[in-house]
Amino acid sequence: MKYLDEFSDPDLAKRLLDRIHAVTTRPWALMEVCGGQTHSIIRHGIDQLLPDGVEMIHGPGCPVCVTPLETIDRALAIAERPDVIFCSFGDMLRVPGSDRDLFTIKSRGGDVRVVYSPLDAVQLAVENPDKQVVFFGIGFETTAPANAMTVHQARRLGLTNFSLLVSHVLVPPAMSAIMESPTCRVQAFLAAGHVCSVMGTEEYPPLAEKYGVPIVVTGFEPLDILEGIRKTIVQLEEGRHELENAYERAVPAAGNPAAQAMLEDVFTVTDRTWRGIGRIPGSGWRLADKYADFDAELRFQVTDIVTEESPLCRSGEVLQGLIKPHECAAFGKECTPRNPLGATMVSSEGACAAYYAYRRLELTTR
Amino acid sequence: MSNDLDFEGWTCPMPLRDTPQVVMGHGGGGAMSAELVENLFLPAFAAASPGELGDSAVLPRPAGRLAFSTDSYVVKPMFFPGGCIGDLAVNGTVNDLAMSGAVPLYLSTGFIVAEGTEMADLGRIATAMGKAAEAAGVQLVTGDTKVVDHGSGDGVYVNTAGIGVVPDGVHIGPTRARPGDVVLVSGDIGVHGVAVMSVREGLEFGTGVRSDSAPLHGLVADLLASGADVHVLRDPTRGGLSASLCEIASASGVGIEVVERDVPVPAEVKDACGLLGLDPWQVANEGKLVAIVPAEHADVALAALRAHPFGLGAVRIGTVVEDHPRMVVARTGLGGTRVIDLPIGEQLPRIC
Repeated sequence: MKYLDEFSDPDLAKRLLDRIHAVTTRPWALMEVCGGQTHSIIRHGIDQLLPDGVEMIHGPGCPVCVTPLETIDRALAIAERPDVIFCSFGDMLRVPGSDRDLFTIKSRGGDVRVVYSPLDAVQLAVENPDKQVVFFGIGFETTAPANAMTVHQARRLGLTNFSLLVSHVLVPPAMSAIMESPTCRVQAFLAAGHVCSVMGTEEYPPLAEKYGVPIVVTGFEPLDILEGIRKTIVQLEEGRHELENAYERAVPAAGNPAAQAMLEDVFTVTDRTWRGIGRIPGSGWRLADKYADFDAELRFQVTDIVTEESPLCRSGEVLQGLIKPHECAAFGKECTPRNPLGATMVSSEGACAAYYAYRRLELTTR
Repeated sequence: MSNDLDFEGWTCPMPLRDTPQVVMGHGGGGAMSAELVENLFLPAFAAASPGELGDSAVLPRPAGRLAFSTDSYVVKPMFFPGGCIGDLAVNGTVNDLAMSGAVPLYLSTGFIVAEGTEMADLGRIATAMGKAAEAAGVQLVTGDTKVVDHGSGDGVYVNTAGIGVVPDGVHIGPTRARPGDVVLVSGDIGVHGVAVMSVREGLEFGTGVRSDSAPLHGLVADLLASGADVHVLRDPTRGGLSASLCEIASASGVGIEVVERDVPVPAEVKDACGLLGLDPWQVANEGKLVAIVPAEHADVALAALRAHPFGLGAVRIGTVVEDHPRMVVARTGLGGTRVIDLPIGEQLPRIC
């Protein structure tokens, strides 16, 4: 496929790696923000090929991983209602709530459906007027426009049986929170390319300036990631800290204005709890007041659920880049993709799952 | 087949024409059941069925060791580009027999049909089974049909069990992979799964990919006739290539190293999997096999596979190693390594 094969070319990758080795004179700690980048780095073994001392710290950019336990439990409480068709992206189904997951609800007769497009859920609401259709609207700025569109369309169609369970989170406040953590080791960011394709790049120069870190907008294929790493290291070596765009084929500086207008209309910025990290001010979106009718939390009155995480799980430290997945004592023992204690072990974009899937060879033979 | 039924136009003999949908009575064992067998199954199975209707099939005892296998088919949707649940149910069990080197002889057919299923759909499925059995040279010798309440089932489920004979001197099994052996695959992978997904409700996407559903016992016979000492054969169905390799590594207590860029994944499969966030190595195949043979037999085995119409794209993809026992490791295009794991359950599409 255009833009897939070309950006995995081994010979070009080798040349980029040579250039990275040539410019690197000392150790650097870079954070890739997005879980899709983490998956790609581990899958292709990119981190194994970098110069000694260049460390990739895996950021909190897996939406499945950071969705708080409370929200999962709310989803489960709604999904088990007999009058509800609960729609979700596929990889949320196995995320453990306090005592079960959406697969369990489905096996007990709950109507839980995987959809590929959020608008499929709106269509289900049209086709099933006697059911309440709920879409689990999670994710970063990337998935938000399509989720916002569901509410926009549901209102236009006059649907009273559609609602959205919203747990959207925003990347820039999380980057600030990481930089302000007293244990922060991050010296530069590979910014999440697809988030920027929606929101543009204007939010990032102030962060680069404030925290003195290079920020390079980066894509997801091997060559994209290598080029992002190269630009980042060049900045670090030259003592610069600027925004650069290494993913220009998908990211215009202004982002996608139509999507931004939709987001502006449907959502309002709110504080959000990030699973494993904690509450970050202004780090998420909720439905705007004028769309409160479509808020599943209000419609099904599930706002009072409180939860406790497994005491063994250290996913919070993983998400903040403080430890590598295998440094958690439960990794690969009590906690595996089959029996995940925390969400970072569930999604293929979660750092723990990526390590488990692709890195057991080194971890077991070291 | 000379007496093809036109299930598109539904010109089936009376009295099935009066009941265009399956009703509970068709599984009741009475007159309606008899009519279904008489007017639908027997004509559809035609040349592939001896047409006798006793409680059990009475068959001559073949010489040699028997291979016996069963599999149930619940694919949704029932019809997909390149095939349907009917030919899948025949080829799937034929292939399970073939993977032990057996020559398949007889199949049973069990149907569980939800009431309300279109009679024409059942007819198309049965016809596809008859044709597939005829093409594979196996007999459909005994069968059963049950009808379940609307809501208890979903369309048609098919079970087939099969009996075959393993030729003398053939010893193929999952525990026989040895360090130094090479891993071959008979062609493009991921094709069947992508073809089915392309027409799944809520997921329809345009693709030219058609299921590779095919009987592989002829391919296996040619491979064995080449003189290659075949250690292991596996058809990478559910769980795909990844699951087959993991199972072999585990059963034989060996490591397997695969060269990622040597694994044949067609561009359209790669594209579809890229869009859906799936791993092509974990996507089902229904007309491919993985063969493990000693290194010195690799060339003759590959030549035999490539000489057969179902093995034209056969290639070498890896090696059995002493290192990392029970673990499959891929060397990535960039030169890194990654562990290949048994898929946990169904593949889950990623969020973004």
